[in-house]
Amino acid sequence: MSRLSDSNVAVAKEIIARYPRQKSALIPLLHLAQEQTGYISREAMVHLGELVGVTSAEVYGTATFYEMFRFEPIGKYLVNICGTMSCALMGSEKLMHHAEKRLGVKAGGTTADGMFTLAHAECQAACTEAPCLQVNYRFRLRVTTADLDNLIDDLKTGKLSDEIPVHGVLSKVRQHIAPDREVGAVAPELVNESPVWLNGKAAL
Amino acid sequence: MTIVDPVGEKIVVDPNVVNITINDKPVLARKGEFIIAAADRTDDFIPRFCYHPRMSSVGMCRQCLVEVETPRGPMMVVSCMTPVAEGQIVRTATDTVKKAQEGVLELLLANHPLDCPVCDKGGECPLQDQAFSHGPGESRFIEEKRHYEKPIAISEIVYLDRERCILCDRCTRFADEVAGDPLISFTSRGNDTQVLTFPDEPFSSYFSGNTVQICPVGALTAKPYRFKARPWDLDQTESTCTSCSVGCRIVVQSSRDELVRYQGVDIDPVNWGWLCDRGRYNFESVNSTERLTTPLIKDGSELATTSWSVALESAARLIRLALVNGSDSVAILGGARGTNEDAFAWALLADQLGISQRDAQLGDGLTPEIFNLPQATIDETCAASTIILLSPDLKEELPVLYLRIRDAAQKRKSRIVEFSSRDSGLTPYAWRSIGFEPGQQAQVVRQTLDTPEMSEQLRRGDVVVVVGRANLAENESLTLHALAELLHTVPNAKILPVLRRGNVRGAVAAGLTPQKNSGDAIDILTKAATGKVECLILLGADPFSDVADSTLVERAFAQIKNVISIDTFVNRSNRNADVVLPAAAFGEKNGTTTNLEGRVSNVTQQITPRGTSRPDWIIATELGLSLGADIGVSSLDELHQKMISCVAEFSSCADVSAIQSDGVLMVHETPVTISRSPIVSIDRNSYNYRLVVSRTMYDKAQSTVASQSLSGIITEAAIYVHPLDLARIGVVEGTSVRVGIDGTNIVIPVNANNGVHRGTAWLPYNHTGVDIRPLLNIASDIVDVRIEVIK
Ligand code: SF4
Ligand code: SF4
Ligand code: FES
Repeated sequence: MSRLSDSNVAVAKEIIARYPRQKSALIPLLHLAQEQTGYISREAMVHLGELVGVTSAEVYGTATFYEMFRFEPIGKYLVNICGTMSCALMGSEKLMHHAEKRLGVKAGGTTADGMFTLAHAECQAACTEAPCLQVNYRFRLRVTTADLDNLIDDLKTGKLSDEIPVHGVLSKVRQHIAPDREVGAVAPELVNESPVWLNGKAAL
Repeated sequence: MTIVDPVGEKIVVDPNVVNITINDKPVLARKGEFIIAAADRTDDFIPRFCYHPRMSSVGMCRQCLVEVETPRGPMMVVSCMTPVAEGQIVRTATDTVKKAQEGVLELLLANHPLDCPVCDKGGECPLQDQAFSHGPGESRFIEEKRHYEKPIAISEIVYLDRERCILCDRCTRFADEVAGDPLISFTSRGNDTQVLTFPDEPFSSYFSGNTVQICPVGALTAKPYRFKARPWDLDQTESTCTSCSVGCRIVVQSSRDELVRYQGVDIDPVNWGWLCDRGRYNFESVNSTERLTTPLIKDGSELATTSWSVALESAARLIRLALVNGSDSVAILGGARGTNEDAFAWALLADQLGISQRDAQLGDGLTPEIFNLPQATIDETCAASTIILLSPDLKEELPVLYLRIRDAAQKRKSRIVEFSSRDSGLTPYAWRSIGFEPGQQAQVVRQTLDTPEMSEQLRRGDVVVVVGRANLAENESLTLHALAELLHTVPNAKILPVLRRGNVRGAVAAGLTPQKNSGDAIDILTKAATGKVECLILLGADPFSDVADSTLVERAFAQIKNVISIDTFVNRSNRNADVVLPAAAFGEKNGTTTNLEGRVSNVTQQITPRGTSRPDWIIATELGLSLGADIGVSSLDELHQKMISCVAEFSSCADVSAIQSDGVLMVHETPVTISRSPIVSIDRNSYNYRLVVSRTMYDKAQSTVASQSLSGIITEAAIYVHPLDLARIGVVEGTSVRVGIDGTNIVIPVNANNGVHRGTAWLPYNHTGVDIRPLLNIASDIVDVRIEVIK
């Protein structure tokens, strides 16, 4: 079902190869799984366990530790409205009420058509531009209620589909590490030479 | 290092000794050891929850805070993670330390439900005890506590009450570090942190009971003991588990004359406190209402209850009758499930009657000569540089030995070289796992050991060969040939024989083994099939379940005139017996037992034998009296003394206190050698699958079936092939296929399994559902079958 797709398995393998120990790749892989369906399904966790050689329980334990991983299906667009100090002072509460009315769901809910999930977020590190929100982790700054209406319309009509990827995609560009910048797939305990920049002094 | 003290005496200083003081008293510590471990050898107790001496320290609970003197004054450290250092000054009970310990306890109790009156742990709970000894007495927490659904079943056996959990990481650490089954994990974060399995996936570890034992609170409880007793009601005695031949040390606990729980006891040479779930929970079978409680005697076609005197007289009469036709018309099978003394008493009786056909092994063992090869202990095995496995899957058959060897490979310097026809529990930890098709082991061993890489490894240090019967579809000689090859290349290797039945080694030493060149169990049955055995005495043996070749057993039983069975249950082999004598079970009798490494330790009586059942040795004595063959003992003690004076192997067993704790190693006879034989390869037709038949932890063993908490775990019989072979057969998993050889067919579901090698098929032995035994033929070296789709 929602195991990783073949193309994502290829990506996963590339990610795994970056680490000395396979299971170190777990968190980037969880993001990859979330990118695929917007949330991390049971099947995805089983699949990731198989890929890095840990039990599903270990994947589950790791995944549930982090707030940004979701385990329930979400809408195509996740709208995170900040509610922390600066944004609150600048009217984010009003913004949230407006969004709730406009979308017909309460914070935390998903619209019936599966387009939007509205969520309350803690500080998103854009206090100078308060009030702020994120749609699928893409910023909208100094947002007014009118901006919000326009945003929702644009998302609905698909005007922003180039700019805003569907749910769960964190990075804009998939990272490719050039071979000369790789850490190298050597387990730390097997390294018995200090890195050159430490000038040969025992660093381990 | 040597120093001379003022008096002029030379004192040799061990470089590994570190001098510290704890509460102003000097303490000798070992280099690298943590403060808490050193303190455990003094009278000063440091409270703790997460620290466990057999697992790595994690510093989760912070209860073990102590003060250590530093150049900047006393500093608070967790004693379970701070190593000792020369001259270190530790204080465990200063006002600051007390305040800190009270503070930690207050926090641990903030969310704890304190439902001690309904908690199984109450009365033996480290949290309860340490709240009294090191707690503040009062809590300032008046808020609502955290709530979770009260106990959730995380497996067939284990329940988890998350409200009581103090997040010490003992269960999760055990599952990962010790058992290698990380099926439980901390999930979520902060105030929501909880131990859980993956949703809807049970904590199906063979070792789950250990987490219940080491949980410092009542968060983990086990079905067999829940609400059965309170700790202050329990009576207990130390004993040795005989469910398999590892011989784990346990305490047997009872309440109102019923067994209610076994707990692992930490002895260094064997189990380190761990038990497997089968050994831990099959005490339920002792309490089973199905137990035989009175003697039975054949009355027409039924078994009817009778008195001991009548039953013994009838048994004596049948034996006497048979003996008229020579002592070879009587045979004794079994005895490996009793004590050394039980076996010895029966051997004495057999000696008196001249019965030389006896065997405690039931065709699935190895020649007793194996015990005369240089022997390794479990400790020696785990300290060896190379551990060669030519053995069954230890995780399935000798579970706690699996834990020890896994530990040796993971945390110590041992390297495992595994030879097997199927992936085992130890395959992931093996340095090299070399597959062989059944029948080719001698050849594969010879080729592998010849390689430079392997020769170098074998030269690195001690080598121990763990040898046993890995495949019941294979003739014993194949294992012995491979062993001979190994010993030819590594003549200094020691042997750890892994024969699984509880006391097989003791029974063999005591004399329940073929005498005067008479044949083994299989020969006895083969002879019986031709009508040459009139009377068969079964000592806790059920050939219909124990012997792999069911056709042979059927043919033998059809010819045997009289069967006398000494057993705890009615089973297929004694259902039509002439006399059935009820035997006392484990926990109902005293004696000694011998584990696979030849370690003799005591088993003890904790409850009254059910009904009128008696220990085997008493039955042997009484039967002897009825037969006019007095074995000359009137008490267990006399029997034990006689055994250690008559049987050379047991001559080391006079040290009573050692027998009651770590056990005593048997003495070995003069070493023998086993000779190599020419290598023959047994070719397989490529349409066929070569069978691997082996046991799993939960099968239809009587003690498992009769334990209600375990019986549900036994899986249905199925045949397993490699996924690519399943594709070749062309059916989906779970489809019933016809598996056949020479006109004998069984219909059984087929499943894919990555651990099964291509061209072979694995059949777990003695599971519920389809009986696979008709396929097995003890006379042939290997068994090749056809797997056909049913149209
Ligand atoms: S369940 Fe018990 S052993 Fe496991 S973390 Fe909680 S308190 Fe510790
Ligand atoms: S490993 Fe064997 S001896 Fe140990 S508890 Fe399990 S059955 Fe008993
Ligand atoms: S025992 Fe030291 S932190 Fe738990």
